[in-house]
Amino acid sequence: MDTVDQSIRYMLLISADEDREPDVVSDEGMRRFHEWMADLERRGVLRAHEGLYPSRTATTVRVRDGEVLRTDGPFMETKDQIGGFALIECSGIDEAVEIAAGHPAARFGQVEIRPVR
Amino acid sequence: MTDVQAAVADAFRDEWGRIVAALIARTGDWDVAEESAAEAFAAALETWPRDGVPDRPGAWLTTTARNRALDRLRRAKAGEAKLRLLAATADEPPGERREQPDDDRLRLLYTCCHPALAFEAQVALALRTLTGLTTTEIARAFLVPEATMAKRLVRAKGKIRAAAIPYRVPPPDQLPERTTAVLGVVYLLFNEGYGATSGDGLMRPDLTREALRLAAVVVELIPDEPEPLGLLALLRLHDARAATRTGPGGELVPLEEQDRGRWDRAAIAGAVGLLRRALAHERPGPYQLQAMIAACHAVAARPEDTDWPRIVRLYDQLLDHQPTPVVRLNRAVAVAMADGPAAGLAQVDAVAGELDDFRLLPATRADLLRRAGDKVAAAAEYRAALAAAGNDGERRYLARRLAEVDPS
Repeated sequence: MDTVDQSIRYMLLISADEDREPDVVSDEGMRRFHEWMADLERRGVLRAHEGLYPSRTATTVRVRDGEVLRTDGPFMETKDQIGGFALIECSGIDEAVEIAAGHPAARFGQVEIRPVR
Repeated sequence: MTDVQAAVADAFRDEWGRIVAALIARTGDWDVAEESAAEAFAAALETWPRDGVPDRPGAWLTTTARNRALDRLRRAKAGEAKLRLLAATADEPPGERREQPDDDRLRLLYTCCHPALAFEAQVALALRTLTGLTTTEIARAFLVPEATMAKRLVRAKGKIRAAAIPYRVPPPDQLPERTTAVLGVVYLLFNEGYGATSGDGLMRPDLTREALRLAAVVVELIPDEPEPLGLLALLRLHDARAATRTGPGGELVPLEEQDRGRWDRAAIAGAVGLLRRALAHERPGPYQLQAMIAACHAVAARPEDTDWPRIVRLYDQLLDHQPTPVVRLNRAVAVAMADGPAAGLAQVDAVAGELDDFRLLPATRADLLRRAGDKVAAAAEYRAALAAAGNDGERRYLARRLAEVDPS
């Protein structure tokens, strides 16, 4: 069992303070981001990856007593908001942590790793 | 305890961790491994009194546990591959099982101590799976309610499964960081054995032995790091005094009353040698500092030769690494010995608020009040300490002291 020949899917939820957006799109930020993407391609682990518009564009929907309720904004009002996600398929939690730590946003925000059912 | 019960208890100490570790390696299922191991020991208690203790109890228990695991996996309709893997272990000649007995347990130890798990969960998991400590015993060691501990264990195992935490010894580049967590587990294990939180005896030698053994294995695995050496030195220094820590009636004998002639001088010299090797790295850490404090006691020919001011300074350094109330309490005792009980009591009072549930707090206060000559206050604290004592050895010691300060 030492050699891990299984592959597990993880969703990486990338979040940060949206007011710090300029840092993300700086030249240095873009360079780091492209490095990260190149690394994922080398590993062959990326299944899906998207960046999102800011949380002020979000609409949150709840159905209560059969009625569709719309809220303008994200489901949780916190300083840090999800700005993107990546679906990866890799050997286990250690590789997932390595990949998450390589995302530029991990330096000022955070990446939550969730195993996919 | 009957002979058969003693045989099962011996086998439990020797085999529990081995059996659980091997079953996890082969099934990948922690619950199946634990439950099957528990069933094997229950079966031993049932059948050994009738059929006699088998020639090789370990092999009997391993086979029984494996068969129970096979049954469980079949009932759960586990995949063919898993069943084949488990069934294949039946063909291993029993002699070969012993050749690398620590491999599975080391993988188990490092997996329990994976950084994706909270530290408390890591320690709890290692104690449960490697030594078979019950949830109740672990809860007492952690000073938390049993239900909290049970939930913590279930959650940790759930995360290992869902997040695919690997069952392995980490690669070399991650080893030092991962070892810090492992050392914490070994240290706690030793502490539980050295001052048992339950039972008749003051000490549970099975736990201290397991901790000493694991500490030696970790040193073997990471020979070039100072903290594993420091921990091993610390545990061996404590262990060298173990025989003098209890009197004929099983009561605790405090450090100052121990028969220093019966301390294991060779073990102390060996431990001091280990400590020197650790200190040569010039990277002090909490275990090396605690070992230095233990060495101050171990090399003092008489209690009054103890270099208490140096011990206070070492506690100050230790506080830089571990600013915890328990360390401050220990420092307060050293201050009392260096500067008198009044100075020590003032410092005990300063940390008391953070130590509400700590069972050694009233005993510490009681001893300092007795030294200060305040018999009435000391008696009240000895009574509180008696109510909180974890084992009979502590209780007998406290009862003796209570009688000294309150002859009525």
